[in-house]
Amino acid sequence: MSVFNKSRSYIIRIIFLSVFIVIIAQLANLQLVSNKYLELAKNNAVFQKIVYPERGIIFDRNGKAVLNNTIMFDLMVTPAEVKNFDTTAFCNLMQIDTTEFRTRIVNAIIKNSRVRPSIFHSLLTPEMQARFEENSWRFPGFVLQQRPVRTYPFNVGAHILGYISEVDGKDIERSGNFYRMGDYVGKNGLEYSYERVLMGQRGVQYMIKDNKNRLVGHYENGEFDTTAIAGRGLKTHLDVDLQVLAEKLLANKVGSVVALDPKTGGILAMASGPVFNPNDLTGPEKNRNYAKMVLNVRAPLLNRGIKGRYPPGSTFKPLGGLVALDEGVITPAYGYPCGGGYYACGRRVGCTHSGGGHAANLRLAIANSCNSYFVQVYRMAVDNPRIGNMRKGFEGWEDYMHKFGLGVRLGVDLPSEDKGNIPTIAAYDKEYRGAWTSCTNLTLGIGQDKMLATPLQLANAMCIIANKGSYYTPHFVDSIDGETAADAPILAKYRQKHEVLTHISDTAYNAIINGMNDVVTRGTARVAMIPGIDVCAKTGTAENYTILDRRRIKLKDNSMFVCFAPKDNPKIAIAVAVENAGYGATWAGPIARILMEKFLLDSLTNKSKADLERISNTNLMPSYYDRLQYVTDSARAEEMARIRKDSTGLRRYLKGGIKTAPGKDTAQAGNNRKPAPAPAPKKPSALIVFMTEDRKYTRPVTVFEELI
Amino acid sequence: MSQKKAEISKGVDYILIIVYLVLVATGLMAIFGVTYTEGDPVVQSFIGYKTDYSRQFFYACISLVLGLFILLTDSKFFPATANLWYAGGILLLLLVFPFHSSVKGTESIIRFGGFQFQPAEFCKVTVALALAKYLSDPELDFSKTRSQLIATAIVMAPAILTIFQKETGLALVFCSFFFVMYREGLPAIILVIGFAIAALVVATLLMDKNLLAVILTVIAALVVLFSLRQIRRDKAVLVKIILIWVLCVGIQRFGVPFLFEHVLGKHQVERIYSTIGKEIPQEYLKGNMGEIDAKTGKQSNTADYNVKQSKIAVGSGGLYGKGLLSGTQTRYGFVPEQRTDFIFDTIGEGFGFVGSITLLGLYILLLFRIIRIAERQRSTFSRCYAYGVASVFFFHIAVNVAMTIGLAPVIGIPLPLISYGGTSLLTFTILLFILIRLDADRQMVLR
Repeated sequence: MSVFNKSRSYIIRIIFLSVFIVIIAQLANLQLVSNKYLELAKNNAVFQKIVYPERGIIFDRNGKAVLNNTIMFDLMVTPAEVKNFDTTAFCNLMQIDTTEFRTRIVNAIIKNSRVRPSIFHSLLTPEMQARFEENSWRFPGFVLQQRPVRTYPFNVGAHILGYISEVDGKDIERSGNFYRMGDYVGKNGLEYSYERVLMGQRGVQYMIKDNKNRLVGHYENGEFDTTAIAGRGLKTHLDVDLQVLAEKLLANKVGSVVALDPKTGGILAMASGPVFNPNDLTGPEKNRNYAKMVLNVRAPLLNRGIKGRYPPGSTFKPLGGLVALDEGVITPAYGYPCGGGYYACGRRVGCTHSGGGHAANLRLAIANSCNSYFVQVYRMAVDNPRIGNMRKGFEGWEDYMHKFGLGVRLGVDLPSEDKGNIPTIAAYDKEYRGAWTSCTNLTLGIGQDKMLATPLQLANAMCIIANKGSYYTPHFVDSIDGETAADAPILAKYRQKHEVLTHISDTAYNAIINGMNDVVTRGTARVAMIPGIDVCAKTGTAENYTILDRRRIKLKDNSMFVCFAPKDNPKIAIAVAVENAGYGATWAGPIARILMEKFLLDSLTNKSKADLERISNTNLMPSYYDRLQYVTDSARAEEMARIRKDSTGLRRYLKGGIKTAPGKDTAQAGNNRKPAPAPAPKKPSALIVFMTEDRKYTRPVTVFEELI
Repeated sequence: MSQKKAEISKGVDYILIIVYLVLVATGLMAIFGVTYTEGDPVVQSFIGYKTDYSRQFFYACISLVLGLFILLTDSKFFPATANLWYAGGILLLLLVFPFHSSVKGTESIIRFGGFQFQPAEFCKVTVALALAKYLSDPELDFSKTRSQLIATAIVMAPAILTIFQKETGLALVFCSFFFVMYREGLPAIILVIGFAIAALVVATLLMDKNLLAVILTVIAALVVLFSLRQIRRDKAVLVKIILIWVLCVGIQRFGVPFLFEHVLGKHQVERIYSTIGKEIPQEYLKGNMGEIDAKTGKQSNTADYNVKQSKIAVGSGGLYGKGLLSGTQTRYGFVPEQRTDFIFDTIGEGFGFVGSITLLGLYILLLFRIIRIAERQRSTFSRCYAYGVASVFFFHIAVNVAMTIGLAPVIGIPLPLISYGGTSLLTFTILLFILIRLDADRQMVLR
């Protein structure tokens, strides 16, 4: 029988062998064909520890640090290590409730798994940090992690410096996956524009980790590690003392101040009101403050220096004069018999002066800011008989405006600069169906109609006048620490002189400059007079309107002021806009004077000291904002309530409100818990409370929780 | 004394012993590679009995001593006592039920003092002996169904007891004894049917229920079509075909779902589905199994992790491997159970394709040598026993390696002579050395 079955011995061998062949084939597939597993093994066992370099520091022209780095602490949790844990004690210490504690732990597990540390609480306040450190031994699984944070020693420059925050998905995509989750990136201002310089170079340490994710040591003894290279500093043209002053002057006002150095195009100061402290956007209260400001209709986050769109008003007149002179339609001696208004177009354009030869020549017309004169001059320039065609004339005028830097982006080293507005032929054609003449838009001659300019553009236009036709693109950064040839493209465009209007004769410039000097010595801007310095200036009082509650309402005039000084050797050019404050000479003028004194004399006269106190303590916040805030919030609240039909957030709040304060309206009840961020709108809206409630745990346990 | 020594070594198959020693040494090295912590003094910790590799070293020493004792035994002892051993094995298996101590989900271990003992392991030896004894009975006619059933019962009795101890993997090992029966004349059709059923079960898992039913029906229809002539002659053929078809559809429709819903445990379902790489269907979910993973949005299958990590470990070895102690996967504990069931990863990662092939080559050498030895026996008992040994080794090697590289579901059976574990090493040593002893006396006709 055994002989009979002998052949089966071979069959068994064949079965054995074929199984082994299948195994060997799979081994070959795993080990030889596919590279994937090798890479996976690397990811598994080698941890790329990113070493963050210190971010570059920004200095002002005198070498003072406008912002600096400091260390704050994140509280990290490794959920798997949280054992034998006194939750109540911990929650008391961190001032959160146990539900919140659980949610955060669960979130950490979902986001980053059980064994990897994730942020439990970012940027502890110093007192919280101290409290935790004292008790840390009681709380296994929790550790403090250093996190570099920006500080602003002078508390100024929020708008120009910008802020940094963690990258989001879009940033990562835009950078071609250069950034990784957890990186900090400049989100606005100089932090954004000079990100590549400031961030330095990340270091990577390849660490070996075990299956519990503990780092065991350097991979291959650190052969592949790269060290972090600290970010480089930026030296700016900023004068931090001037900036402090500018921001102080703009307290409780809406408006902007821009001061330029005509010789370099360097920005000496740029402030925007309402001002806020840049330190509000770092540290633990960051998100909360940010949310408050985002919801404020006064838009404190807006940098009005480059984003504020103002009708230049009379501050435009020197430019209009220059255009007419260059076109050859007038001479400096040209006079206009203004009798208190301009009537040539069938409707009156008023002028504050009447008769007395207040516009007998260009210089006088500027000094007295005669509206009729500059409307006339504008019309003459556009209807220039030499060109013979109004449209072509207007095109030429538009071209002048662009050369003055109006209606175009200047290219300042801040993101999202506004280009203001110089209306085009197409715009008028559309509005008037082609039937328009220089009469239609005659107020362009006095900086009104559709003309809009940013304070930076106005200050830059002053530079062009002061330099007699040339300018440097306004910019903040003077030089980069340890600048190399590779950095050249970054700053090259700010070191190139633009000779846009040098073809205009010196006589023309002198006429205008002298006129502007007269404005200070005997005209509308006597408030800007500084003993010992020849100041050239022009006031502006621009009409403006807004739509509120579906009505177009006329607001109080914007107070505008432009100037440069000294006349013969210009060192500073300033543009000031204060919204809805009244005459240019009342508010904007003194602000400009104080800044000029500070910069040129390095001290303030007694008069200016008094003015500084008076202005900085005056609240010129336009009153219509209160109503606007209320309207906006209500609309937003309604929208949110509509979206959130479910039982979360707002509804709970409203419910709680009704419970706690019967009789009172719900919004007020919400407000009892936390003051609304905006200064007392008539009816504080519940929504603000709700939306700024990004950290729910800070809320004390209130009645409505008992209700649930 | 010297005379006796000469007697021991006479007829002993040295190739087998050398392969055995090489494999044990490889195992020691692999365990060392996994558990050695940098900076430990190597020699001291080898003797210290504190580390895993030092323990395995001691087990190896004990195994060698035991092997020597077996070589000293009279070869007649084994066929004479085979049934006794078998009864003892079954008794121990039964004793497990009242006296077991639960370790890591298994209920198959008896512990007295500091010593752990797994009777199921030991039963491999006793079954090999008892089956050989039964098959070698000269009065036996193995072509009779009755004797085939008795042989099957001898094999399956400990297997069933083992299943009750939640050691399905070990129970499956006993199936390998069908190779022995096949060699001794079990009709090939039974093996074919076995394979066919296995294929049907796998197909059920992979394919849509209704589609598979349609395919089966079409096959049945085709068979009917092609055998019309036979059917005309004998209606019973048609009945047979229909019965087979009903059986297949029954297995596919009710048998497999029943198996997965009521017989298999949670981890077994997970492991099987992890091997075929599909999500576990809703109706087979048990307990908190099949939760949706928040990160990937897929079912989280814990068994999946092990197989993946194991594949990564082997795959990252490349052609020549990373070298002993340099494998990042196996050194830093990514692979679970890597001293025991997943020890092959250490070889695969540390020594790459070349190392793996060498190890598999050693095993092939071992298996073929055993079969060669089997075929040169004059006694049926020795031959059957040798085939038993070969089958058990083969099953262990094939399934263990296949599971580490993702070809088979993870069933916890060790790699012979390499995996860490005293019981396993002792069992395989006994299996092998009894064979060597029998082979040394191959000129004698044993019963």
